Amino acid sequence: MILEAVDLKKYFPVTGALALGRAQTWIRAVDGVSVQVGEGETLGIVGESGSGKTTLAKLFLLLERPTAGSLRFDGKDVATFGRADVRRYRRSVQAVFQDPFSSLDPRMRVEQIVGEPLIPENGVTRAMVRDRVRESLELVGLRRDSASLYPHEFSGGQRQRIAIARALVTTPKFILLDEPVSALDVSIRAQILNLLKRLQDQLGLAYIMISHDLAAARYLATRLAVMYCGKLVETGACEAVYTEPLHPYTEALLSAALPLHPSARRQRIILKGEIPNPTNPPSGCRFHPRCHRVLAECSSVEPAWREVKPGRFAACHLH
Amino acid sequence: MGGSGRPPSPPALAPAPAQPWRGSLRRLPWFAGAVLATLVFCAVFAPWLASKDPTAGDITTKLIPPIWMERGTMEHPLGTDRFGRDILSRIIHGSRISLLVSIIAIGVAGTLGTALGLIAGYRGGLTDTLLMRMTDIGLSLPTILIAVVMVAVSEPSFRNVVLVIALLLWPRFARQIRGETLAVKEQDFVALAVVAGRSGTWIIARHIFPNVVPTLLVISTLQVGYVILLEGTLGFLGVGVPPPNPAWGLMIADGRGFLATAWWIALFPGLAMLLTVLAVNLMGDWLRDHLDPKLRQAGARVTAATATTAAPIEPAIAEAPARGD
Repeated sequence: MILEAVDLKKYFPVTGALALGRAQTWIRAVDGVSVQVGEGETLGIVGESGSGKTTLAKLFLLLERPTAGSLRFDGKDVATFGRADVRRYRRSVQAVFQDPFSSLDPRMRVEQIVGEPLIPENGVTRAMVRDRVRESLELVGLRRDSASLYPHEFSGGQRQRIAIARALVTTPKFILLDEPVSALDVSIRAQILNLLKRLQDQLGLAYIMISHDLAAARYLATRLAVMYCGKLVETGACEAVYTEPLHPYTEALLSAALPLHPSARRQRIILKGEIPNPTNPPSGCRFHPRCHRVLAECSSVEPAWREVKPGRFAACHLH
Repeated sequence: MGGSGRPPSPPALAPAPAQPWRGSLRRLPWFAGAVLATLVFCAVFAPWLASKDPTAGDITTKLIPPIWMERGTMEHPLGTDRFGRDILSRIIHGSRISLLVSIIAIGVAGTLGTALGLIAGYRGGLTDTLLMRMTDIGLSLPTILIAVVMVAVSEPSFRNVVLVIALLLWPRFARQIRGETLAVKEQDFVALAVVAGRSGTWIIARHIFPNVVPTLLVISTLQVGYVILLEGTLGFLGVGVPPPNPAWGLMIADGRGFLATAWWIALFPGLAMLLTVLAVNLMGDWLRDHLDPKLRQAGARVTAATATTAAPIEPAIAEAPARGD
């Protein structure tokens, strides 16, 4: 089973104060992204805020419809899905979001929260839901009797465990992790990351992990995709991208992360300016105004997306 | 409008830590609570509390002044009106009318308004636009004029008064509940419910509605005062609950012609109305301060005290729209 985005685009219309005519401009939040995730692997999607990561996540979760391009599940375009297909997709693809306070309804008990994805269909009884919820809670290291409590009785890390338990309850194949540890205390992050890793090994899950935290992404990801201003700039096996970044943006991003050892020498590449306005991206390569290795053609010619080395794709004139 | 002329409440401070519920119990508005308790008690037990039949007059005992005045009698502590009906008994029975009209009208308007507000807020788009324009029209109607015309066209009866008030009231609920809905909808748990494969109906019923209940409670309470005033106004204008029912507004209208000679006919029902509306509004303000989503988490359950420090659970809901009237 495979989840695949093919040239996925999402533009949001910018409407003026008088929204009478057609939209004049578009925010190109996601502008032609192609990635795929197979069973059991972890695709890390990294990039700074505003790069379109979260919109991409919403497209994967069918919370937004793509403007163009397609999302394929098991080779079938999501746009052609019937009711049964959607139901299967909903069972197979779950999500864990960043903020464990906003993702758990304060008016529901843990039992109802975790059991929410279990939609009563033919054959699913209350007792089965009960058992499955408790199993799920045990999987993430919570006590079975947590089920009768309310979310506010738990700490941030525990709440994130509840969110994970809820994602597991339908035994999905894919879980989309949208900044799963960013909102947590540093001391809790490792626990949650280890939990995610253990669950993956135990259950054969595939993750799409969206993150701006490079250390967290490196810990979980098998493959990495780097996004900048709605586009991918580079993909490849995680370790390969870390040790030998092809795109100057990846270089800069990696140089901004803390080194593994405090005394390690590092060369910081300081990017000038901010991420460009996605309503009006720069011509040519979108990164050229901030690039430290800019070439003459970068401002006019958009670099092609191509396989630079075996398994390593990038869009840059340097290669 | 009406008795809702409260000073604007100060912006709510940061959520109170630890055990705010206990503190707020101490700060319960005792005056308002006592008045409301008395009112409800009177309404429920009116036939036993009132010593006289509220509609039976005796022309021989007409226009008796209150007990502490010359000519006052123990028989009629607050005096009698021009038909010799006991004013105290009429006020006690009148509380029934005020309360019943309020409860039923707010029940009807609240149900309708909440349903439309939830749908408009959750669906968005064209549905939202259409429903909200309807609401705008509803809110821009000249309340009293419409009420008078509508009751005058149909004949005055308890049912018609309730219906007219409900009709004028629902947009207030719709607009505020829509605002709340928009805020709740932004929460991640709603997106996750969609991801879980739950339907819109399910999400509204299980996620959105429970999270707007506190707001609903606050609006409802604050509207009680308004409804009592409106009902009184209709009664005063002669298009309310028809005579000889002892509605407070009707009693004030009765006494209008005797203000110089028998002021007690109009004064006491007026005082009853004033006290009631004041108490209801004070209670509504208190409820708003203590059930407001910003403070909701703290008061949600006693166990909160034993849990970790109260975290800002619902930052988005904090944008609750100001009460509009």
